[in-house]
Amino acid sequence: MKLTVEQMLRAGAVLGGFAVVAAGVLAGTHALTKDRIVAAQQQRLLTQLHAVLPADRYDNDIASDTAEIEEPLLNPAAAVRVYRARRQGQPAAAIFQVMTPDGYSGPITLLIGIDLEGTLTGVRVVAHKETPGLGDKIDADRTDWILAFTGRSLSNPGPRDWKVKKDGGLFDQFAGATITPRAVVKLIHNTLVYYSEHREMVFEITQAPK
Amino acid sequence: MSSYAKIVKDGLWTNNPGLVQLLGLCPLLATSNNLVNGFALGMATALVLILSNTIVSLIRPVVRQEIRIPIYVMVIAALVTIVELVMNAYFNALYNILGIFLPIITTNCIIIGRAEAFASKNTIRLAAFDGLMMGTGFALALVALGAIREILAQGTLGDGLHLLLGESFRGVHLTVIPHYQGLLLAALPPGAFIGLGLLVAGKNWIDTRYKARVAVVGAAPAAA
Repeated sequence: MKLTVEQMLRAGAVLGGFAVVAAGVLAGTHALTKDRIVAAQQQRLLTQLHAVLPADRYDNDIASDTAEIEEPLLNPAAAVRVYRARRQGQPAAAIFQVMTPDGYSGPITLLIGIDLEGTLTGVRVVAHKETPGLGDKIDADRTDWILAFTGRSLSNPGPRDWKVKKDGGLFDQFAGATITPRAVVKLIHNTLVYYSEHREMVFEITQAPK
Repeated sequence: MSSYAKIVKDGLWTNNPGLVQLLGLCPLLATSNNLVNGFALGMATALVLILSNTIVSLIRPVVRQEIRIPIYVMVIAALVTIVELVMNAYFNALYNILGIFLPIITTNCIIIGRAEAFASKNTIRLAAFDGLMMGTGFALALVALGAIREILAQGTLGDGLHLLLGESFRGVHLTVIPHYQGLLLAALPPGAFIGLGLLVAGKNWIDTRYKARVAVVGAAPAAA
């Protein structure tokens, strides 16, 4: 069937009309859901932060009191984000979002909460690609393994014990998965070392909030 | 057979999108690692399918043959984006788990397939009903595969229910096999292919048995 120019123009106009209506509906939905999405994402972040640092330990707006630090040992791919907890303006604790590329099947991202004295207030895995049923036991939704770090510090256990048992250290590995816990233990240890050496700086950096 | 009964039978069984047409395999295989994920993606897909079928049928009078495909694509893409935004706002945790598989409902062949093959030729009511049945059929396939894989991989059913129903359901699930060591294969991608293969085989087996029985019953009076 051959189309006349008029029919073609009409078809084009219909197509354009649909595009305009679709764009309008999408803009409307976006406007209606925008605030809730921001709130949901904020809530998700706060839930994650509270898992590694109890909310009663600080009184500032921790989600926006952040600093970015370049430190390849704690994240070779991007800047390390640090959430700083303060109490009446005084430093109380810090939460490091760190990443190691040494997971069994890709990077592992952790949130590590450390109080002012250098004791771990909690550690959680926020992203990983480890094997289901083996390496994914580092996830708090799977097993309690990661909870064993709470209360640990550089002196508890001592430097030689900050390893998985297979390497002569204190921390359990899983049957069939040593690489994953080894990477996690090393990353936590690196973070503690970094914190003990740069504590003042971590709380002093001022960056314009994004 | 009335056309409604035929639509039900087609969507849920004879022409099931997941088990017979084998459409939308990518999300089917990727999000069927447990019951909750399978159910969530199944529901999202069914919702999009009902809406897209309805709209495609509704706009029949104004859409020319030549421009129908770009219009269908636009309608489907817009609907998926809406579902995605709403899920992000109200089921944020689930949204984060389904991740990329939510936006790529757009490219699920079932949706444009039903728009082209059914909705563009039928009344709004029939088209919406077809969307409901095809969507339910797809969701059932996803749920069945998700349940089988979750039981085999973890020995549980319904793990992660709190993502769907809220925090008060955290930790609520059935333990189908207590003290289960787990079968890793079932959770990994090969488990999805093997599981789907078994489901398709099971469906074909039931069909064959049914046909054989009908043939016997049908032949009996003639012999007598």
